Amino acid sequence: MSELTLTVMRLGFLAVLWLFVIVAVQVIRSDLFGTRVTQRGAARRGGSEARAQRQAAPPQQQRRQDGGRGNNRQRRGAPTKLVVSEGSLTGTTVALQGQTISLGRAHDSTIVLDDDYASSRHARIYPDRDGQWIVEDLGSTNGTYLDRTRLTTPTPIPLGAPIRIGKTVIELRK
Amino acid sequence: MSSTNTTTVGTIGAPSRRNTELAMLLFAVLIPVFAYVNVGLAKDGSVPAGVLGYALGLGLLAGVAHLVVRKWAPYADPLMLPIATLLNGLGLVFIWRLDQEPAITTKQLGGAMAPGQLMWSTLGVGLFLAVLVFLKDHRVLQRYTYISMVVALALLIAPVFFPARFGARIWITIPGIGGLQPGEFAKIIIAIFFAGYLMVKRDALALASRRFMGMYLPRGRDLGPILVIWALSLMILVFETDLGTSLLFFGLFVVMLYVATERTSWIVFGLLLSGGGAVAVATFESHVQVRVHNWLNPLELASNGGVTETAQSMYSFGSGGIMGSGLGQGYSRLIGGIAPKSDYILATVGEETGLAGLMGVLLLYGLLIERGIRTALAARDPFGKLLAIGLSGAFALQVFVVAGGVTGLIPLTGMTMPFLAQGGSSVIANWALVAILLRISDTARRPAPAPAPSTDAEMTQVVRP
Repeated sequence: MSELTLTVMRLGFLAVLWLFVIVAVQVIRSDLFGTRVTQRGAARRGGSEARAQRQAAPPQQQRRQDGGRGNNRQRRGAPTKLVVSEGSLTGTTVALQGQTISLGRAHDSTIVLDDDYASSRHARIYPDRDGQWIVEDLGSTNGTYLDRTRLTTPTPIPLGAPIRIGKTVIELRK
Repeated sequence: MSSTNTTTVGTIGAPSRRNTELAMLLFAVLIPVFAYVNVGLAKDGSVPAGVLGYALGLGLLAGVAHLVVRKWAPYADPLMLPIATLLNGLGLVFIWRLDQEPAITTKQLGGAMAPGQLMWSTLGVGLFLAVLVFLKDHRVLQRYTYISMVVALALLIAPVFFPARFGARIWITIPGIGGLQPGEFAKIIIAIFFAGYLMVKRDALALASRRFMGMYLPRGRDLGPILVIWALSLMILVFETDLGTSLLFFGLFVVMLYVATERTSWIVFGLLLSGGGAVAVATFESHVQVRVHNWLNPLELASNGGVTETAQSMYSFGSGGIMGSGLGQGYSRLIGGIAPKSDYILATVGEETGLAGLMGVLLLYGLLIERGIRTALAARDPFGKLLAIGLSGAFALQVFVVAGGVTGLIPLTGMTMPFLAQGGSSVIANWALVAILLRISDTARRPAPAPAPSTDAEMTQVVRP
């Protein structure tokens, strides 16, 4: 066998071996799951304005579309997002797309509450069969309050009513 | 807390990733086939006759494994199976390549070893499939915490009653069938015991402690378990004269103790105890002394006037350089005996694929261990977490002990490189280990079931007498 062929094969083997390693790392990179946090606004300052907007645009569009679809399926006037209005997570929003939202200090919650008064699995918010959003306390220590009343059973959430967990206040908005 | 952050939180479900696994698996089969052709071209100038059979065989094993994972563990990690297949396939190619050297493939040395290794790999994949099919939930293993302790102890002690082979008593010899290294299986079983035991006892070990010089000192009576395991690992070192197994078991216990209790002091204690124990044993155990002497003076001439194996493996690495001599064009046969196929297979990898190839192979091990630790992080139950950390920790320690021994970082031990080196017990046990990790990762990544309709929310509730 000619020297050239063997040299090419020798380097070729190293190339495919490393290609496998690199592809494997790419698989790990695309394998992240859990909750996706999209930063808006903060990155829009400064010279990278255009780029930041381009990055921020797709999620917003997507949410509007999802919201529109939700409206068709659900009643008119159904909430499209959940907003944290008080507490350390103030300003955080979660798009309501028919998924269950878990709240608590456990790291796999949809909204991870950094709040001394919250239990690890504190409450969950989910749509019932008619598309009405329900909040349910999961046996928390300090309780979940809708307006001023402590929840004992799963309760439908009126639009804009504050749900209070420790120092955090959450409401549903259109 | 008046800072206003404007973030949106959405959920991404864990995809099953089975098609990614299939693509990676195809890649993982093609690389060893390429290497096989490369060896044939370099040795004989022609494509080896068995290449089609080899490709089909490896592809068949990988394909069956993939289908079983698709059916029985659909959410399992997409990378573990391809990486294990690639390492096993490369191991087969390297063993076959060393079989082509007449000097180390004589009758006395056991002849060609690649066919046997292929059979062991098939058995290993068979055990892998059996574990995936029959072990529906890894938490079942928790029931056998103390039984697995007894079994692991029996497996560890058994080799004492059999004659030493290659200077270490780590073999069980069954007449007519051959040798078996029970330590390889014991490492899985003892990880099950440690996980079950520490899950129950970790609070006592973590919380009952005094603070001293920035470290949490455990109470005297809580030191019991670590001292027992330490004594046991020293006994392995004394009676079986095997540093590798001893290091693996004590290291595994310290790693799992640290993960279970989050106390750095256990690592400090572990290092002090293992260091002190090893030095103490080395003062009177001649086999250990020889190993340590070879490690400290690798270039000294051996008793028969030749160079030592340690020196020869270093020459191999040096002769390989950065890019290697090319597959099939190295001289690692000069190490002699069957050592190049088992203990020193990394020397062949290092010589023929160079630093670049050796680093690639070590990275593959690293990725496999990373996926195991990721599984431990994602697992929801404490037993699964500890078991995943234990299994990947045992795997990592084994890779470290072997690679460190061959490259001269630590004294050489009698363990084998998982998947790569010749050895039936090792390849079978490591396939089982990967299967259990896949089972845990399937449970960990499976999407949570939809919330059950709450009966409390009904308007009226029926009260049955």
